[in-house]
Amino acid sequence: MNDMLLSIEPLIPALRRYARALVRNSATADDLVQDCLERAVSRWNQRREGELRPWLFAILHNLAVSQFRQLAARGQHVGLDAATERDLGQDAVQEKKLMYQDVLDRLARLPEDQRSVLLLVAVEDLSYAEAAKVLNIPVGTVMSRLSRARERLHQELEEPAKSAPKGPVQLRSVK
Amino acid sequence: MNHRPITEDDLHAYVDCVLEPERRAEVAAYLGGHPDVAERIAGYTNERDLMRAALADIADEPLPPQLNLARIIENRRQRSWPAWWAIAAILLISISGLGGWEIRGAMQPSGGGLAALAQEAAYSYGVYAPDRTRPVEIKASDSAQLVQWVSSRLQQPVKVPDLTDAGYRLMGGRLIATSNGPAAMFMYDDDRGSRLVVLTRPMQTEQSAPMAPHSGDGVSGFAWADGGMGYSMVGQVAPDLLKPIANEARKQLRAI
Repeated sequence: MNDMLLSIEPLIPALRRYARALVRNSATADDLVQDCLERAVSRWNQRREGELRPWLFAILHNLAVSQFRQLAARGQHVGLDAATERDLGQDAVQEKKLMYQDVLDRLARLPEDQRSVLLLVAVEDLSYAEAAKVLNIPVGTVMSRLSRARERLHQELEEPAKSAPKGPVQLRSVK
Repeated sequence: MNHRPITEDDLHAYVDCVLEPERRAEVAAYLGGHPDVAERIAGYTNERDLMRAALADIADEPLPPQLNLARIIENRRQRSWPAWWAIAAILLISISGLGGWEIRGAMQPSGGGLAALAQEAAYSYGVYAPDRTRPVEIKASDSAQLVQWVSSRLQQPVKVPDLTDAGYRLMGGRLIATSNGPAAMFMYDDDRGSRLVVLTRPMQTEQSAPMAPHSGDGVSGFAWADGGMGYSMVGQVAPDLLKPIANEARKQLRAI
């Protein structure tokens, strides 16, 4: 019991981050993480040794995807957090905040399958093989989705005016 | 010296900092000679940093009460105990209430049928499927020995369905004691943590019966009987997903 607590607990912040970046609504994201933890606790005996992180991310990812599907089927969508700026911390300078906001907006415009690969690999530091396990796809597919995700995100960042007419944020060339 | 050509995968691994130092140096040298690619890769790296920074604070926020894992574990424990006590109590009542084994014969006509088999399969699933240490007595690698053993104990040739096409790999099996004599249990795993159990034993009644669904306690199952042998397949799988697997198993068991 204790072993379960000690091994899962340190991973909860990362699970929250992944959920929030996927659904962009903190209440919905935390509900998903709660579901994920409950499932993990009840299926603790079915996990495989040494694969805790991908196992937890897989449970969370599958819950998020089935929720997307349900909402899509009902023609609903989750409202986006209005308060993302607050989430980014008070001390960040205004310009940084805008850049963060902008990259998150562009991330949100990626197709769901590309966004999850990018988040798992580039933000959550899962290996390509672990990401493949989470998404239940071959590693080759992870690589091609990663490539498409980065290309698309990059193009959007390069030419904000062309692909995002509503984006009021003027980006300076970053570094 | 000939270098391996640089691939797009190498470039991503470079951005994600997961290349071996030697390969990393090769990619860096390549980028030095190809400013256009280098610019794109610098952009990828920059966007990766930006994304990480934008999301970093979420992981630093204090966890809300609903994500208190100790409490989730505690709730789960409180929920699961009564269920086990209830099962134990029902078993005790059904044994003692009937005045012991002397009158066991009296309940045979109704007790040995498909419903009883389904219940036995569900109990076996509840006990063995969550077992991490020894879910099966004999592993799939010794399946010939397994089949020989259970066949001799059931005094019937026992067959093991192959569920590979449905994504389930045979883990192995064991002999189970039921109130209707010994039964053979086979366990399958889909390599993603989902397990199925198939229980089979000779039928005293309902020696041939069409497939019927059963469910309870979070598991669903399908039971049927053919040629004097009863079968029940049980798992934590939605019935509409389980049914085609059960159908496939029945087809194989009939065909052999």
